[in-house]
Amino acid sequence: MKKIEYDLVIIGGGPAGMAATISAKENGCSSILLLERDKKIGGILQQCIHNGFGLHYFGEELTGPEYAYRFEEKIQELNIECKCNTMVLEVNPSKQIIALNSTDGMMLIQAKAIILAMGCRERTRGALLIPGSRPAGIFTAGAAQRFVNLDGYLPGKKVVILGSGDIGLIMARRLSLEGAEVKMICELMPFSTGLKRNITQCVESFNITLRYNHTITEIHGKDRVEGVTIAKVDKHRNPIPETQEFIPCDTVLLSVGLIPENELSVSCGIAIDSCTSGPIVNEKMETSIEGIFACGNSVHVHDLVDFVTKESLKAGKSAAFYINNKSSKEKKRIILKPGNRVKYTVPQFIDSTENLDPKENITIMFRSTDVYREVQIVIYSNGERIKSKKKKIVRPGEMQFIELEAKKIKLLKNELTVTIEIPEEDME
Amino acid sequence: MTENFEEKIPMTCIICPLGCSMELTVLHKKNERELISVKDNNCPRGADYAKKELLNPTRTLTSTIKILNSSSPVISVKSDQEIPIEKIMSAMEIIKRCTVEAPVSIGDILIYDILGTGVNIIASSNAKADKK
Repeated sequence: MKKIEYDLVIIGGGPAGMAATISAKENGCSSILLLERDKKIGGILQQCIHNGFGLHYFGEELTGPEYAYRFEEKIQELNIECKCNTMVLEVNPSKQIIALNSTDGMMLIQAKAIILAMGCRERTRGALLIPGSRPAGIFTAGAAQRFVNLDGYLPGKKVVILGSGDIGLIMARRLSLEGAEVKMICELMPFSTGLKRNITQCVESFNITLRYNHTITEIHGKDRVEGVTIAKVDKHRNPIPETQEFIPCDTVLLSVGLIPENELSVSCGIAIDSCTSGPIVNEKMETSIEGIFACGNSVHVHDLVDFVTKESLKAGKSAAFYINNKSSKEKKRIILKPGNRVKYTVPQFIDSTENLDPKENITIMFRSTDVYREVQIVIYSNGERIKSKKKKIVRPGEMQFIELEAKKIKLLKNELTVTIEIPEEDME
Repeated sequence: MTENFEEKIPMTCIICPLGCSMELTVLHKKNERELISVKDNNCPRGADYAKKELLNPTRTLTSTIKILNSSSPVISVKSDQEIPIEKIMSAMEIIKRCTVEAPVSIGDILIYDILGTGVNIIASSNAKADKK
């Protein structure tokens, strides 16, 4: 086994890994290795050929590949070493990585710090327990996207999509453009988790039927999909048998959720948040193991790559500071708790309140449990109200942010709660 | 004589992911519609979008084009400006019939002035000439 050493190893060369790599280098780390399993870096952005990336980060509207290329170019410019076609098999708490590729064979890499940026995977049919045999023609939306946009295949001609998340909506449009007939999108919930703009651009512009409160109860066909049975669901999300309807089709796309990829994190013993399915992190994006950081969809699933970039720049900077011994050793362990109507927060802890640049804020990211209008987002510190922000609308499918200013951070005690309050309702 | 009348039309802005739910006040005249006001947009771009979407809706087209001499069979492309919605499917027909050859760089014009709209279809990813 080949034994090599680097100060910093980053696992995953998608948008999170690329940003973290650049940030680490620009913050004083020079011995860096970026590992990527695909044949080139760029991650999922390579297959996201649609527009809408970079509005926040670059102030421009870019397609996925263009956004990725900005970072790829910078990495080349900074002369950072990347190993592609490389699979990481294991990470251990002593910061050793076992990885392999066909050029180097098996490698044992010793690092001083590691950044986990493995992204996420799609929830599959098996996980949903949809009955039926196993005909060809059932794909997760992301897999279908790769087949269309990178491999040049049309997965089918008459399509039913389960799930109105962004990937499902975008594939509805993509397949329609390529001449397939998208017969219907079924959404279990009464609302879509996708961005509102995607409902307009992908569904309404193409006159595709989007049925809320509906699900697929069976897939028919032996060798190839022949149709699906759909049904309306009641308020407990159970199918109502009398509403069953057969829809002929040859392809089913599943867009039913993304799950942060953490096989490596779990086997390393890193603490995982059961709500996000990603590592518990502090304000530096550091996990429960000192010197191991995480960022991007691996920590919690994002809606916009711009915020993956922002979060990952932070992780890269933190890793560089850690290696150069510049980071605070303070372990205050202020717990951040999701309060009323809040599903989760990232970070889950704040460890350090010293050494903060007075201009630097801590950004708390969170999601609401449902759609709420005319709300106030409030942060309580040990019961005391320390910050609030008004918002017209919050949706589970759109990540929210609230900033804590440096001077407020210094006054924090040992517990913070982020809540969503509806002044009209809560007064009753 | 048909009188002019006012209508309130809801519209979701698609300029940025905020997706503001706007309300347009539209005056229906004999031969045309006029936008009187826009409400509930969180930035001026929403108001601009509302006017355009009402009177002349357009979209950016993103797709792929067949490419030769490259390890990938297709390369991603986009329209360098927005195309009128009613021309999108015809534009796709043209794109589907085209083939380009590697090497191609981001920004290279692959189809000039598609359907006489003045819009070009440009490459949105890079492709090296590397087919073995």
